[in-house]
Amino acid sequence: MAYEPVLLARVGKADSTSIEGYRRDGGYETLARALKDMTGEQVTDVVKGAGLRGRGGAGFPTGLKWTFLPKGHPGPIYLCVNVDESEPCTFNNRILVEKDPHQVLEGIILACYAFKATTAYFYIRYEYGTGMRAMQSAIDEAYAAGFLGKNILGSGYSLDVFVHRGAGAYICGEETGLIESLEGKRAWPRIKPPFPAIEGAFRKPTIVNNPETLANVVQILKRGADWFKSIGVPPDPKNPRDAGSYGPKLYCISGHVNNPGVVELPLGVTVRQLINEHGGGVWKGKKAKGCIPGGNSMGLMTEAEFDTPLDFNGPGRVGCLGLGTGAVTVFDEDTSIVDVLYNLCRFFQHESCGQCTPCREGTGWMFKIMKRFQSGQGRREDLAVLEEVADKIGIMPGTTICGLADGAGWPVKTAIRKFRPEFEKYIQDGTASKSKPLPMAAH
Amino acid sequence: MATVYVNDTPVDIGDEKLNCVQAAEKAGILIPHYCYHPALSVVASCRMCLVEVGDKKPDGTIAMQPKVVPGCQTPVKDGTVIITRSPKAKDAQERTLESLLLNHPLDCPVCDKAGECSLQDYSFGYGKAESRMNDEKKTPPNKPDIGPNINLFTDRCIMCSRCVRFTREVAGTAELHITHRGDHAEIDVFPGEPLDNKLSTNVVDLCPVGALASKDFLYTQRVWNLKTVDSVCPGCSTGCSIHLDGNKGVIYRLRPRANPKAQGHFMCDEGRLGYHYANAAERLREPIVRGPHGWSAVGHREAVQKTQQGFNEYSLRSITGVWGVLSPFMTVEEAYLLASWIRDFGKEARLVMGPVPVEGQDDHYPKDRRGNEVPGASKFTIRAEKCPNRKGVEAILEHFSGSVVGFDAFLASLQKGQVKAAILAGGYVPTGKGHWFPAEAVPHLDQVPFLVVHETFKSPLSEKAHVVFPAATWAEKEGTFLNHKGLAQAIHWISTPPGESRTDGQVYLDLLGRTGLMRAQQLRKEIAEKIPTLSQLTTGHLGTNGVLPGETPPAQSPKQKIPVH
Repeated sequence: MAYEPVLLARVGKADSTSIEGYRRDGGYETLARALKDMTGEQVTDVVKGAGLRGRGGAGFPTGLKWTFLPKGHPGPIYLCVNVDESEPCTFNNRILVEKDPHQVLEGIILACYAFKATTAYFYIRYEYGTGMRAMQSAIDEAYAAGFLGKNILGSGYSLDVFVHRGAGAYICGEETGLIESLEGKRAWPRIKPPFPAIEGAFRKPTIVNNPETLANVVQILKRGADWFKSIGVPPDPKNPRDAGSYGPKLYCISGHVNNPGVVELPLGVTVRQLINEHGGGVWKGKKAKGCIPGGNSMGLMTEAEFDTPLDFNGPGRVGCLGLGTGAVTVFDEDTSIVDVLYNLCRFFQHESCGQCTPCREGTGWMFKIMKRFQSGQGRREDLAVLEEVADKIGIMPGTTICGLADGAGWPVKTAIRKFRPEFEKYIQDGTASKSKPLPMAAH
Repeated sequence: MATVYVNDTPVDIGDEKLNCVQAAEKAGILIPHYCYHPALSVVASCRMCLVEVGDKKPDGTIAMQPKVVPGCQTPVKDGTVIITRSPKAKDAQERTLESLLLNHPLDCPVCDKAGECSLQDYSFGYGKAESRMNDEKKTPPNKPDIGPNINLFTDRCIMCSRCVRFTREVAGTAELHITHRGDHAEIDVFPGEPLDNKLSTNVVDLCPVGALASKDFLYTQRVWNLKTVDSVCPGCSTGCSIHLDGNKGVIYRLRPRANPKAQGHFMCDEGRLGYHYANAAERLREPIVRGPHGWSAVGHREAVQKTQQGFNEYSLRSITGVWGVLSPFMTVEEAYLLASWIRDFGKEARLVMGPVPVEGQDDHYPKDRRGNEVPGASKFTIRAEKCPNRKGVEAILEHFSGSVVGFDAFLASLQKGQVKAAILAGGYVPTGKGHWFPAEAVPHLDQVPFLVVHETFKSPLSEKAHVVFPAATWAEKEGTFLNHKGLAQAIHWISTPPGESRTDGQVYLDLLGRTGLMRAQQLRKEIAEKIPTLSQLTTGHLGTNGVLPGETPPAQSPKQKIPVH
């Protein structure tokens, strides 16, 4: 049975961005009902009961995160909406924010109501100008219609939402980096603990959520937790720590496919299904060599691993870091893996914030090695160095403050482990790469 | 009582709130660190202090955390187990050092910091001998004009951000910041806003490598040739504890010495750079006396005899015309000896305090970006009183005269021609803003029949004197300074007084007719016996951090160690 999109249901409609259009499709009714019939705790309980996990990359249970806020805090409590969607090839939030901002906004209001936040900051990356304008006009419309501001719909609950436009840095997507940036500082991720739920923006309790997560909150409250749980993959009974992968997910398909784009599917679709059924197959009739399953930082997947389900556990089983953002980038059989890794390393050395020594120097070092590789000067021992550096930087071994370094290391070590013969052949041939690296915006 | 185990050594930390680095320091174990500094906020970004941490349960079992953690950011509590040299910690530390050296130019032979560089020390102690890097290093351009006193060697920087945090948290002026990202990040200033505040040179001491260099010290000495003594800055009544570095009788630099009782960790640029007069070639080098045929240089003994003769003569004629003018730059011991000598002539002999230089208001830091003081806790204060020992000299004067008589009394008598024999103690640090003796009173000095002065340089005062003793600077003598809150700190000499000159204390000792050399430690005991208000000096020892009023002085001075910060 084909899956009927929920989150993307309104995308593509003529007036998908206006409040009239949204209300015609039943928008803000869920909010009105929740404000009238439910307490904040009840909203949290529903979200928690639905097993919604954050769509930003780490997959942390959303309802659980909300309960980490200190009980009975006098306020203010903040919500930061993380639309610093900087993971390359990821654009699911962009579609949501640009095409259906009111759905996200309703999610923001519901979430804030759940944990009694009085201010929400919509942190959007600089590059999303259209999204920023769409959201700003949605906010203005919502104020005019009484969904924002003082005493929303006569419930006595008040909320203000502000749009904050970032200056364009990958690290601002890290939640504490985002908070620092929001405070007007250099986006250097903070040391945790304290976690933002205890001490976040402006030293107050703060929840950072992804727009897709918030859109899911709307759908859960609208359709019920049981509906949500009927979609996706239940927890692995062999793994007691698995919280399951319920609900719909926006998958981005890009790279060497015929039909790139965003599709909404139940969690747990396999890469092969995604490419063949929804991405129109690999382009030019070629075969795929591999893919990046969920944004650059998740590592690489070979063609043989394409039957891995893209839920919160699947990519981990084949040595990837996790589901990530669910953005699949496919490369065809003619793509040089050295070029792929060169580009990935270039991205991370450019985006490392430079705070922690292992990441700052490690990403730079890996890039230098890859640069040399590409010019035909690679050495066998470089592979060992690359693997070792990639293994030892990051929050997992404990050598950095945030997870950027893990994300920088993962593609390197998965590429070398999964495509070692190709690297070795490259070294043996001693030829410089024929393909030109993709241009990157000058910094 | 809380016990922390550092590499199996139990350490009692009492109820102090410490992090792993501090707790290990208590156990005598150094956890290498760059970005951590006790006076600055913790950022845990250099990742040099990675250690393994665990918990010792009451049943004796130890549960270790699976990851390495930064010691500077991990608090310890009762039962915390810190392992600094486990294979995992060692590996992490080695890796951090390898990373730091990836882009470091290794230009130690021409670097000022070589010899006292944490990167050298830690690489030797905790690093690997070889680097696996065989790509080009990045070579960002140096910034020699980052500040009037500071030079930035950008390529040597390891991005610990201590300097940035210093300008934000202590100076408050926030000139320094980090530009760019990742491995192309650099320390920089905003265009047209150089690192120019009164505390700026502290960033040089904070810099663990040779990136920030003091223009004053740059390329003058290799640090291993320097001798270092503990001393006190004579610039103001804060009395900053310092290291005094010199070689072969030349002072090369002053560095702040961490002392929570005095100033904390820092010192101001004015004090730091105020030593040059002590190295000046123009200093007076031998005692000179005025005879019937003009000036002549004489030996020390002759000058002392002439002074004794003169004072004996005039004290018999008019005891109220005998004056001793003490200066707030004298050590307690010198003031005591001079006052004793004057008092020996008779009860009516006059003892006064010389002028106490005061400039403006006490200057508190941090400031805000506009230069206004930030209300609240002051982290550093440059005091308006520009002398080191007013309190100490006043205590001596109170003992000998019952009260402190100001300089005005001397000037009034001078004007009336009632001063017959006077000795003016010196030690005043030249400020470049005119001589300390009021110019309008200089002509009156002609009426003084016998004038003895202690001067560092030729001056209007020395022109009028009958005997001029060359004064020693604070860097050439042993003694005691009492700062604004009565903290008694010892000063030590790094160089000898130039030419034939002797320390002021030795001159006074000779005037008194006492034999032997001046020994500050013995004199302190003698002073404390006679003057109960100076109980800080009872044992003659002041320790490294000095003794506050009411504190029990140590039985002996500990051997000095080079500090790790």
